[in-house]
Amino acid sequence: MTSPANDRRKGSDTAPLLTVDNLTVTFQRRGQEPFRAVDGVSFSVRPGQTVGLVGESGCGKSVTSLAIMGLLPKRGNQVTGTVDYEGTNLLTLSDDDMRDRRGKDIAMVFQDPLSSLNPVIPVGLQVTEVLERHRGIKRKDAMPMAADLLKRVGIPDPNRRIKDYPHQMSGGMRQRALIAIALACAPRLLIADEPTTALDVTIQAQILALLKELVEDTGTALIMITHDLGVVAGLCDEVNVLYGGRIVERGDRHPIFREPRHPYTNGLLGSIPRLDTVGERLTPIPGSVADNLPWDHACAFAPRCSQPVEVCTTNTPTLEESGGRALRCFNPVEVAR
Amino acid sequence: MTNPLKKYGDARKERIDQLAAMSDGSVAVADAGTIEEAPGVSLIASAWRRLRRNPVFLTGLTITTLFIFLAVFARVIAPHDPAIGYLLDKVRPQSNPIPGPEPGFPLGADNVGRDFFSRLIVGSQQTLIVGVFATLFGLTGGLILGILAGATSGWVDSLVMRAVDVMLSIPSLLLALSISALAPRPSQWTLIIAIATVQVPVFARLLRGTMLQQRSSDHVLAARALGIKRSSIVFRHMVPNALGPVIVQATIVLATSIIDAAALSFLGLGNPDDRQPEWGQMLGQAQQFIYDDPHLAFYPAACIIIVALGFTLMGESLREALDPKSRR
Repeated sequence: MTSPANDRRKGSDTAPLLTVDNLTVTFQRRGQEPFRAVDGVSFSVRPGQTVGLVGESGCGKSVTSLAIMGLLPKRGNQVTGTVDYEGTNLLTLSDDDMRDRRGKDIAMVFQDPLSSLNPVIPVGLQVTEVLERHRGIKRKDAMPMAADLLKRVGIPDPNRRIKDYPHQMSGGMRQRALIAIALACAPRLLIADEPTTALDVTIQAQILALLKELVEDTGTALIMITHDLGVVAGLCDEVNVLYGGRIVERGDRHPIFREPRHPYTNGLLGSIPRLDTVGERLTPIPGSVADNLPWDHACAFAPRCSQPVEVCTTNTPTLEESGGRALRCFNPVEVAR
Repeated sequence: MTNPLKKYGDARKERIDQLAAMSDGSVAVADAGTIEEAPGVSLIASAWRRLRRNPVFLTGLTITTLFIFLAVFARVIAPHDPAIGYLLDKVRPQSNPIPGPEPGFPLGADNVGRDFFSRLIVGSQQTLIVGVFATLFGLTGGLILGILAGATSGWVDSLVMRAVDVMLSIPSLLLALSISALAPRPSQWTLIIAIATVQVPVFARLLRGTMLQQRSSDHVLAARALGIKRSSIVFRHMVPNALGPVIVQATIVLATSIIDAAALSFLGLGNPDDRQPEWGQMLGQAQQFIYDDPHLAFYPAACIIIVALGFTLMGESLREALDPKSRR
C-alpha cells in the first residue's frame, strides 16, 4: 500500500502546512564563541505527511523542534530564518500569540514519558487542562472528552484511568497519555521528539503504530525527530538527515534507504544490525561529533567520513537538489547496481 | 563583629540550599522507587511505611500530640486558675518566699501564690499559639517571596533574593529581638510577627531553589509546549511539586519558633501580662529565685526543651523519610 509512488503523491498534491526556511539557531554564551546549533535548516511538511529529522546526539534535531515551538529561552539564543505556518511566520509572533497556538495548532510529544507528566496532578486533569485552555470547555464537560481521548490512544478502562496519577501508569501508558494530551485540541501539526526512546521495544512498536494510525485518520502533519532509522523506515514519508546542524541528505523514505548517497547516511544504515546478514560485523561510524570541522570552510563530517576527498577540508559543500532528493556532498556514495 | 555574623549567615544559606537540592533527587527517585517497588506505591506511601516503624518519628509524634492535646484542653486539665494567688498567704517575704508543694498543688506555687502546675499547663497554650502562628505567617511570607522569585527571572528574582540574603546575614534571634523591640507595646502578636519575619527568608530561599528546579523540569517544558498560561504553569505545575521540602522545613521551623518565642519572652519582649502564663516568661521570672527554688526555672525549661525536641525529631525523621538518599 505504501509504495514510494504513493508516498510522494501524498506529499505533493497539497500546499505545505509548515515551511521552515533557513532556520538558524545560535547559542551565545558569555566568554565563548557563538555556536550555531542549527545552521540554515529548510524543510516543509504537508498535511498528512510525516517528515523525519534524523541524526545523532547533538546534531540539532531537538533544538530545531524547540525553535519551531518557540520554546528556546530568549536569553543567549538567537533564532533567525522563517517558520511559516500557513502564511504566518511563527518566529515573529508575540509570546502571547505563540502561547495561544501551542497546544492548539502545534503540539509536541516529548522524549521521556516518565518525567513529562506532572506527578501531582491526575492524568485526566492534565488532558482537560488543555481543553479548558484552548477551547474554553468547562472541566465538567471536558472530563468525558478526556476519557474519549484516552480511549482513542488505546488506554483501557479510561473512565477509571483519568483519575490515576502518572506514577500509577506504566511507561507505555504514560506515553499514550502524553499523545492524548497533545492531540486533545486536534492540532494540525504534531512534533514528536524521540517519542519512543525511553520505551522498550514492544511498546515502541505500539506507540509508533498508534502515531501512524492517528496521522492517517486525522490528516495531522507529523515531524518525527529521531536517531532511530527503524522508526524512520516504519513511519516517515520524507527523511531529512541532519549532521552538525545542517541537512546533509533529504529524500523520500524508500530511495534513501535503498540508495543512500551521503556517506553519513550510508554509515548510519551500515551500523544497524540486519536480520538477513547473519554473522556480519556492524560497521560503526568512527569518531564523534567532537571531531567536527566548522562548516565555514569544510565539510563538518570530513574527519569521520569513509571516503573524503581533498576538497572536503577546504570548501563547504552546498545542498544540491535533484530529482526529489537533496545532497550535501563532494564525493557521494556510488549507487550500487 | 561583621565576620562571625557573616559566617553564621552563610552557614544558614548553605543549609537551606542543601535542603533545596534534596528535593530534586526526591522527584527523580520517586520514579525509580515506583519501578523497584510494587507499582503504584508513591513516595509518600513508602515514606509513611518507613515512618511507621521509625522509633525516632514515633517519639516525636507522641510528644507533639501530647503537647497539642495539653495546649488545646489546658483550661480543662489545669486544676486551678493560673491567674489567682491561692497560696498568697503562704508567701513569706523573708527567708524562703516560695510556697512548696502541698495537697492539690503538686509543684507548689510561684512568688505570688499562684498554682505552679496549672501555670505550666496553661503556659503550653501560648507556646503553641506563638509557634504555630509564627510558622504560618513565616511560611506565608516565604511562599509569596519564594514564588515571586522562582516564577520570575531577572531583576525581580535578584531583588527579592538580595533582600533575603540581607535578612539571612543577620542572626535570627538578633533580628527577632530588634523587630519586637520596635513595637510600641509588647504582646504575643509582636512576638509572633518578630519570629515570623525571621522565618520568611528561610522559606523564601528554600522555595525559590525548588522552583528553579521545577522550571527546568520536563513536565514544565511539556506544559509550556501545550500553551498553558504562565499563571497555571506556576501554580499548578511548579508550586505543588516544589512544596515538599518547604513543608518538611515548616515542622523543623516550629521547633525553632518555640525556642525563639521562649527566648524573647524570657528577655521581657513577650506578653507583659503574667496572668496569661508563658514558659519563657515564667523562666524569666524564676531568675530571681534561682538559688533557693531552682525548680521554678527547671520545669518551664524542661517543657520548652521537650516540646522543641518533639517537633525536631518529627521534622528530621520526616525529612529523612522523604530524602531518597536515605532510602533503604
